[in-house]
Amino acid sequence: MLKKTLTMAAGLAMLGSAVQADDQTVDIGFVTTLTVGPAVIGRDMQDAVDLAVEHLGGAMAGKKINVIYEDDGFKPEIGKQKTEKLVNSDNVDFVAGYIWSNVLLASYKSVVGNGPFLISSNAGPSQIAGKLCHEDFFSTSWQNDQTPMAMGEVLNQRGVKSLYIMAPNYAAGKNMVEGVERTYKGEIVGKDMTKWPGQLDFSAELAKARASGAEAVFVFYPGKAGVQFFKQYEQAGLKSEIPLYSVFTVDSISLPLLKDLAVGSLNTQTWSPDLDNATNKKFVADYKAKTGRYPSFYAAQSYDTILLINSAVEAVNGDLSDKAGMRAAMKKADFESTRGRYSYGNNHFPIQNFYLREAYKNEAGEYTVKTVQTVFENHQDSYASECGM
Amino acid sequence: MNWILLVEQVLNGVQLGLLLFLLAAGLTLVFGIMDLVNLAHGSLYMIGAFIAASLTQLTGSFVIAAILTLPATMLVGMAVEVLCLRTLYDRDHLDQVLATFGLILFADDFVQLVWGPAGMDIRLPEFLRTSFEILPGVVYPTYRVAIIVVGLAVAAFLYFLVARTRIGMLIRAGASNREMVGALGVNIRLLFTLIFGLGAMMAGLAGLMAGPILTVQIGMGNDILILAFVVIVIGGIGSIRGAFVAALIVGLIDTVGRAFLPEILGLFVGQLAADTAAPSISSMMSYLLMAVILAFRPEGLFPPRSG
Repeated sequence: MLKKTLTMAAGLAMLGSAVQADDQTVDIGFVTTLTVGPAVIGRDMQDAVDLAVEHLGGAMAGKKINVIYEDDGFKPEIGKQKTEKLVNSDNVDFVAGYIWSNVLLASYKSVVGNGPFLISSNAGPSQIAGKLCHEDFFSTSWQNDQTPMAMGEVLNQRGVKSLYIMAPNYAAGKNMVEGVERTYKGEIVGKDMTKWPGQLDFSAELAKARASGAEAVFVFYPGKAGVQFFKQYEQAGLKSEIPLYSVFTVDSISLPLLKDLAVGSLNTQTWSPDLDNATNKKFVADYKAKTGRYPSFYAAQSYDTILLINSAVEAVNGDLSDKAGMRAAMKKADFESTRGRYSYGNNHFPIQNFYLREAYKNEAGEYTVKTVQTVFENHQDSYASECGM
Repeated sequence: MNWILLVEQVLNGVQLGLLLFLLAAGLTLVFGIMDLVNLAHGSLYMIGAFIAASLTQLTGSFVIAAILTLPATMLVGMAVEVLCLRTLYDRDHLDQVLATFGLILFADDFVQLVWGPAGMDIRLPEFLRTSFEILPGVVYPTYRVAIIVVGLAVAAFLYFLVARTRIGMLIRAGASNREMVGALGVNIRLLFTLIFGLGAMMAGLAGLMAGPILTVQIGMGNDILILAFVVIVIGGIGSIRGAFVAALIVGLIDTVGRAFLPEILGLFVGQLAADTAAPSISSMMSYLLMAVILAFRPEGLFPPRSG
């Protein structure tokens, strides 16, 4: 009865004061892709966020967690619209998510400086790590360049003398290429920036890669574009000829489709399902039990996003008006991440380890990845110095 | 530039062109003959790919799945025609665009509901997963040769069907004057349902052929459909011959552009600028060609002789 009255009162209050976020809840807007091709990534992120909320008992510092999912439809302009809706009409306390760098870049200015905190659960464009950095932005993933930089280092260690590079022609693709070029010491004999999204066929580029005589091929093709790429790579007979190294291409999204095609392929990442820490073990086990699938890095980072928000809300005892307090709490990264503890640099991007991982088939016949070695320890991105914070 | 690479790129262009032709042929059949703008043609392509993927898993054989997919997509197409499109023939093109756009949204959600968002994998049989020496020194994937063969076979079949058979004669007559054909006692409704089914079957064939090299995923038809429209506009709406030639031209331009444009541009501007600009320019080239052709030959390269 009391609850009903309170709800009604709250409803009336809302009507009275136009749109006012309910301060009895922690409102989190989560922007991801829930329709069209990459919906499968959005589903992984959504499942991870739901799991994190479940693990927290549905509340942060005694306040109910309210997650509003929005679908960017894989398009920057739609992502921006949805972000503006979350900020202006839903009055959320946190905006999180963002798979795609171009969507995050389009939406960025609509959030930072307008009240809510912005937390990227995946995209890490160089601009935001550098000149555009903002005190209200945090990342629970990485800066785009870092993962390919780790791969460049792996290529050096393995004595690869010449390399052919392929990546899609958009914000993240360019960062990935810059990343590998920054650390790789051998010769880059060819490079293709392919149309994104919607390149159907890589035959032209693959023929060039073969003709270039490169010792190895490096690619970045997130989501299902990676499946397409690996298939065509095998069909062209290149799989046995030139080793293929990748970042963000072989993961639990693409592995169920790639299966044996990807076994043995190497990639770098900040997280792996076999990382040995309590949070990760619980996360991977519960995620598998709940969904029947291995979580992807997108899922792990989304889970971390909710934990990061929780650490901030707990630190101020649920007083969401204490922005400075929450900001200070988040800067400490004071929570057990799925990748183990990490710290934040001045630009609010994580300073963290990067691992080399290999795809394999486990005893249960599932395709997943295992950690091979640590490539970088406590690595900071290259744009931090350009950030004025 | 070595000649092996050039030959390989030309083959790649022809192969992509023939894949486009499979899609464009069905589209031009429906658009040119029934005068129906069907934006949902790409959805039929997607559904064909998903049916083929499911049947491959079910039967364990890509070849059997392929044979079953054709009648299945034909039935899907005929059902769509009877249920949704029949009332649209007398409406103007804008209404048809709206209605079939709605069908795209419906199909995308329907596929997500039935098959889930994860997409599917079509496993090729061992003999199609290899590559062989098609010319001395030119190694080419077997499956891509198969696409070329199927594309050419379909082109020959359609030519024979439309130009040499009684049903083809009725199709051509129906395109020119459907009332007159109806008055002669031909069941024009049934004929149109059959043509639409044939178009859907071609889309399904394109989907099942594309599935193993592209990914079978929601919305896969929407990317390629635009190119298919470019093909039929360049070729002349309603003309199978035009679609064939235009598909080859678009396929070659797309592939050769992607292969050689970065180097060519690099001669004039810095390599960095060339690398960034080349993919955009090469994906624009088909549209540029369409604009030029529309300016000089608004009817397309090979407008159909009838109607």
